[in-house]
Amino acid sequence: MFHWLEKRPFFLGVLMFLFVAFAGIVTILPSFADMARPTVGTKPYTVLELAGRGVYIKDSCNACHSQMIRPFKSETDRYGMYSLSGEYAYDRPFLWGSKRTGPDLLRVGNYRTTDWHENHMLDPVSIVPGSIMPKYPHMFKNLANIDTAWAEAETVRRVFSVPYNEPLIQKDGTYQSVKLASTVEEARADALAEAKLVVADMKTQDVIDAVERGEIPEIVALIAYMNSLK
Amino acid sequence: MDGRTLEYDYTVSKWFLITTVILGIIGLLIGVIIAFQMAYPELNNLFGEYGTFGRLRPLHTNAIIYGFVLSGVFSSWYYIGQRVLKVSLHESPFLQVIAKVHYFTYLLVIALAVVSLLSGVTTSKEYSELEWPIDIFVVIFWVSWGIGIGGLVGMRREKSLYISIWYFMATFLTVAMLYLFNNMSVPTYFVTGAGDWYHSVSMYAGSNDAMVQWWFGHNAVGFVLTVPIIAMIYYFLPKESGQAVYSYKLSLLSFWALIFVYLWAGGHHLIYSTVPDWVQTMGSLFSIVLILPSWGSAINMLLTMKGEWQQLQTNPLIKFMIMASTFYMFSTLEGPIQAIKSVNALAHFTDWIPGHVHDGALGWDGFMIIAAAFHMAPRIFRREIYSRKLMDIQFWMQTVGIVLYFSSMWIAGITQGMMWRAADQYGNLAHSFIDTVIMLHPYFVIRGVGGVLYLVGFLFFAYNFYKTITVGRKVEDHELKNASPMAIV
Repeated sequence: MFHWLEKRPFFLGVLMFLFVAFAGIVTILPSFADMARPTVGTKPYTVLELAGRGVYIKDSCNACHSQMIRPFKSETDRYGMYSLSGEYAYDRPFLWGSKRTGPDLLRVGNYRTTDWHENHMLDPVSIVPGSIMPKYPHMFKNLANIDTAWAEAETVRRVFSVPYNEPLIQKDGTYQSVKLASTVEEARADALAEAKLVVADMKTQDVIDAVERGEIPEIVALIAYMNSLK
Repeated sequence: MDGRTLEYDYTVSKWFLITTVILGIIGLLIGVIIAFQMAYPELNNLFGEYGTFGRLRPLHTNAIIYGFVLSGVFSSWYYIGQRVLKVSLHESPFLQVIAKVHYFTYLLVIALAVVSLLSGVTTSKEYSELEWPIDIFVVIFWVSWGIGIGGLVGMRREKSLYISIWYFMATFLTVAMLYLFNNMSVPTYFVTGAGDWYHSVSMYAGSNDAMVQWWFGHNAVGFVLTVPIIAMIYYFLPKESGQAVYSYKLSLLSFWALIFVYLWAGGHHLIYSTVPDWVQTMGSLFSIVLILPSWGSAINMLLTMKGEWQQLQTNPLIKFMIMASTFYMFSTLEGPIQAIKSVNALAHFTDWIPGHVHDGALGWDGFMIIAAAFHMAPRIFRREIYSRKLMDIQFWMQTVGIVLYFSSMWIAGITQGMMWRAADQYGNLAHSFIDTVIMLHPYFVIRGVGGVLYLVGFLFFAYNFYKTITVGRKVEDHELKNASPMAIV
């Protein structure tokens, strides 16, 4: 049979394709719908948080930090409750990472504060002696990309029916909703209002001044995102 | 053409070969820089935001996988394809044009990748970081390569397809499938009319995204860093040594088993994550099964040298290829061990993983591509290899470099994995995270030194290659039959 195939490239190619395509179909498709379902209490990101997530991706924080707590005592002691599939339902792309040069960040919002991040991003060694993390002074100057973050939120709302502006049941039985503005102008104003709450806990004068002027430096968005990780 | 020898057209093969050498230097250099950044973090802030580990790491992986390795693969294809199919590109002006479209679109993608990754424009998916506008050019060059393969195969005089052609075909088909599915995304600007025009959002969310990504990620490794490299060794080793491939049946078995089993193993990147347990178990199981076809090919290559082992002493090219096979066996044993659930619990997220990758990339891919370049250069440029001595020095330098790399990363990975889980007598965590980082400093330095050795060896290669194609002695046809001609200096 193989001698026959070797002289017939078309059929050889078809058989090869069946061989390689098989595993993907069998492993990925059956659980697809199940895995897309959010857990109770999981909320979509606000525009400011998404902009911060964009900063996280832009500087490839995921090259060194995971967002995946495995179900071992040593991990839950260090980082908190192990990960559940539904917690990632609004993560596009997923940011689990594959290397822990630095600690896991999935629940960093539970145990780090705005000012901790502010100091740490500016000079990691001053907060964690021996740290090998780079300094990120440029995040205090570059502005966060709010327009793109809104475009992303609006896209997933329209295309994937992500439930913005809809009441979502929480773990305590109450309902909360995440607001998404219908225009980019309105979204900028919402993000700025949210940024002001973050900046209230910050002390870098340039950043405070920028937000006063109506601009949002990357660091503010990033911290908003970090604080949302719980 | 009867009675005359074919005049092969090596134009595009030559271009890709030179590109291989240049991108190899760039990719390795960035690798050395980021290796030292982990030992000396001040090195992160030398070039503002553009020099941090986060920006450079995707550039390093892309430059090596899709720059160095892929251009080596393409160069070999345009060389091997014509020869084993007994047909020349000269016979089809159409395919000649397509080959040039392939090369220049590829070059454009490399240039765009450098600019976009340095500016932080990335999808964040490992080895699939390029945003959708660049993906379109990737599709163009991949399809032009496919047309090239199909065209040559269609025109062939040799009716039976040689093993190397199977592997090239499998590379083309599989990467096409994986790349398309993993890069499915929605451009946000075209939905909303706001924000950056090149930004997009993944079609899949969370655990699904992870499943698709590692189905892709593992097999991008498989079908770029393994499958076409096997195509190369199946051609270059028998040719250089003058030996017939040891077993046809073993190559058949290894080929079909490899392409079937490989695609299941992606799940081993997701062990103890939130994807279904059975997917993790299948990933683990099939990774172990994968030892068989991997070792099948490698043993087939080693046995091809049966009775001719003295060539290791007389021909450095054979040395490179045998060492490449050996590193292939080594990393295809190490990988399955890391895929065992209990080992993975320790090894995952540690430096043992990059250690494993580099066994394969430096030892198997690097050495095989270097050997291929040294085999092709005398035949494409019709010149003798400039210096055999330099090749020998390069070989040992790079081998020592790889040994330093993987041994330090083994120790680093296992040490850190053990420290993360260590508990004191009351069951509390024994170490803070930063303790486990500080502990790694000496290993990061050793790894960096290993990287420097490999890079310097590669620079020797580049110099030797440059001298070969510019001042090497002109050779006649009869010198090019098997062992490549080389000057004994």
